[in-house]
Amino acid sequence: MLDVIELSRLQFAMTAMYHFIFVPLTLGLAVILAIMESVYVMTGKEIYRDMTKFWGKLFGINFALGVTTGIAMEFQFGTNWSYYSHYVGDVFGAPLAIEGLMAFFLESTLVGMFFFGWERFSKRQHLAITWLMALGTNLSALWILIANGWMQYPVGAEFNYETMRMEMQSFAEVVFSPVAQVKFVHTVSAGYTTGAMFVLAISSYYLLKGRDLPFARRSFAIASAFGLASVLSVIVLGDESGYELGDVQKVKLAAIESEWETQPAPAAFTLVGLPNQAEQRTDAAIKIPYMMGLIATRSTTEEIMGLKDLLVIHEERIRSGMQAVELLTELRAGNDTAENRAAFDLVKEDLGYGWLLMPFTDDIPNASEEQIQLAVQSSIPKVAPLFWSFRIMVGCGFIMLVLIAFAFYHSAKRTEQIPPWLLKALLFGLPLPWIASEAGWFVAEYGRQPWAVGELLPTSVAASSLSVSQLLISMVAITLLYTVFIVIEMWLMVHFTKKGPASLHTGKYHGEALATTESSKGA
Amino acid sequence: MEYEVLKFIWWLLIGVLFIGFAVTDGFDMGVGSLLKVLGKTDDERRVMINSVAPHWDGNQVWLITAGGALFAAWPPVYATAFSGFYLAMMVVLMALFLRPIGFDYRSKLDNPQWRSNWDWALTIGSSVPPLIIGVAFGNLLLGVPFHFTEILAIQYTGSFFALLNPFALLCGVLSLLMFVGQGSSYLQMKTTDQLLARAQQLSQYLGLICAALFVLAGLWLWLAIPGYVVTGGLDISANASAVNKTVAIEAGAWLANYGRWPLLLLIPLLGILGFLGLSFFSWRKNGWAAFISSSLALSSVILTIGVSMFPFVLPSSSNPNHSLTMWDATSTQTTLMIMFVVVCIFVPIVLSYTAWTYFKMRGRLTTADIQNNSHSLY
Repeated sequence: MLDVIELSRLQFAMTAMYHFIFVPLTLGLAVILAIMESVYVMTGKEIYRDMTKFWGKLFGINFALGVTTGIAMEFQFGTNWSYYSHYVGDVFGAPLAIEGLMAFFLESTLVGMFFFGWERFSKRQHLAITWLMALGTNLSALWILIANGWMQYPVGAEFNYETMRMEMQSFAEVVFSPVAQVKFVHTVSAGYTTGAMFVLAISSYYLLKGRDLPFARRSFAIASAFGLASVLSVIVLGDESGYELGDVQKVKLAAIESEWETQPAPAAFTLVGLPNQAEQRTDAAIKIPYMMGLIATRSTTEEIMGLKDLLVIHEERIRSGMQAVELLTELRAGNDTAENRAAFDLVKEDLGYGWLLMPFTDDIPNASEEQIQLAVQSSIPKVAPLFWSFRIMVGCGFIMLVLIAFAFYHSAKRTEQIPPWLLKALLFGLPLPWIASEAGWFVAEYGRQPWAVGELLPTSVAASSLSVSQLLISMVAITLLYTVFIVIEMWLMVHFTKKGPASLHTGKYHGEALATTESSKGA
Repeated sequence: MEYEVLKFIWWLLIGVLFIGFAVTDGFDMGVGSLLKVLGKTDDERRVMINSVAPHWDGNQVWLITAGGALFAAWPPVYATAFSGFYLAMMVVLMALFLRPIGFDYRSKLDNPQWRSNWDWALTIGSSVPPLIIGVAFGNLLLGVPFHFTEILAIQYTGSFFALLNPFALLCGVLSLLMFVGQGSSYLQMKTTDQLLARAQQLSQYLGLICAALFVLAGLWLWLAIPGYVVTGGLDISANASAVNKTVAIEAGAWLANYGRWPLLLLIPLLGILGFLGLSFFSWRKNGWAAFISSSLALSSVILTIGVSMFPFVLPSSSNPNHSLTMWDATSTQTTLMIMFVVVCIFVPIVLSYTAWTYFKMRGRLTTADIQNNSHSLY
């Protein structure tokens, strides 16, 4: 049977991954809509307005569930991770609140004007609204990723034993955290790629069917150009994340690479292999010399630390953390002598490591050797899932690069007939950006374990004190609702894709003669 | 800025955000709740939906931002309220799920069963949150059973069903009905004909009922519900956790602030007048004045709760010393200051573009508008 921590993690993982089905498409499609509408305003050609409206319709179907599932994320920090919320709220709450004020208000207020304001605003005003809406979605991603970046690599904060929480020392450090910035650009370009692949796949469907050709070709052209720029930046910026990881998240990097031993510089990159956690080695590894050293250190002389050496460091820090826990208890019991405070200051950075013992003993300062070893083993994530999901993400990324490059080539050359194999590949390649995004987030979040906030707060300490039955009730209910929602959403997406631009009822598109004999009510 | 001044400003700002939520999201939740009550035909229901369609999403951000601001400014309050009221919060959350998709998907297909199902979804999604939020506020006044452990982990010791006590239910009903009143007064500004007439009539009843329930809740609070008083150990200018003070439970303590500063009585009085104004102006067929009265009433009700409990925010019934107040449940001075600057910059910006969108979308909607724009409207 799962315990409260595992259920809380499962619920958060489930709702976060579900939320991220909709987010990347919102990010990408919003910008594509703005580009299409810009072309409309610049050229005055109505087909570009129709494109904005039609892709906007699909955008709306997706956006609704993005909003729905986003609320769940904000609630869950408080409902399921109350110790976390209390412990880091002074730092983590600020970017979330700023996201609301700076970004979500803008995006949500203007999305209504995007849909309902066509008649009420001038062309230029409406274009400005569309761009501001896209800006809102991007700013929203920025602040959320600043918050998430801080969980990965907490900077600019200090522990205060009197209030038992992390307290903000430098907001600038939090905002300009290198991890947050790298994550932001990587995630946002992944969203752009998702939007481009979405438009390419559906346009390919029309081109294969030989319908709405001018509409589909123009959509195809915009998406392939935008997509090429995006997918290139995802890959380049993803590589930048690799460099950042080598710098600040050594455990995650070693786990992704299934790198048990510290390699002599420059390290080789393990292309594929079979991670073996029990024996702490990687079987049947195929390696590319030099590559890892270049990605992670940008040098041929620096070493990359392996997991075994990292575990040795963790053991030292856990032992030091045991002292920190003991001193903290003293201080909080009122024994706050200058001597105790000074001693605590020396070891307080390891307090979180001490708390890694919490699942194994109630008496952390006097933990047995066996318990310490259990905590040490728990201080790194499981390697195999990370190793493989990282490779899935990268693989999908490169397949998309090839597909989009071909699409751009044919679009730029104005090929009369885009080869059907490419159109089919693009159509069936539709799931790729989602697989890549979900795998990428899995690497980011699972790779952070066992920490809720990197090296500060173990996940096992961060949860609310709920009961298993409360969690089961909420899990079952959310799962049921989310299942119903996705079925309806997918059905509507397919329905309107099949109808195509005829769903705008302008009388100019494929199947319109049929549509006018239908009831005039369905929008 | 002095820490205690910042703490007080943030107490006001959280109030402002909740008022923003009640006044704006209040009317679209009210309209959603009335969908099946006032809308007799599909076209009428579409008039109602489209009267709020361009705005509801922006309005809901007041709630999201209030949540975010609680997290940033009062982390222990956010953590305790959301985890303590776990199942209730989950019900609110799931009800809120139904709104974005209900609005967007409902009119995408021309199938009566499909539309009727989404009408129910919108009704539930719009009525359950104000009901439960009201119940939660009622429970705040009664005190909530929780305490902190040695490392300040929150232990909630109540049950879901204990939340559903008579006083809290009264607060829940008042909260729901005042949101509904906000919705029906909004409809008076945005609709015509039959729908307008029904909204005018319903608003007259709602104003009177809300005024009566508000007075009843006040009397109940005065006569039968003990309040909380800080008796010592509270340093309002310190960065301290909420477990260092002593608190006593005393009869009538929730009204003590009015005894100390009698002018504060104006706030609940304005609440009553606002509700009566809703009835009066609806009777006089002045939709604008009805909406303003209703907004005034909602704001006053929220302020009344804040002022009555001040400085308490989340009193603990099982260990009163661990009660959360706006002096000792806040973030650090640094964070409050940063967030205050952010609010000073962005709230005026938000208010300006929000006002602009309402101005551009002004005017009444008719069933003819719906029929003529059947494919572009919700």
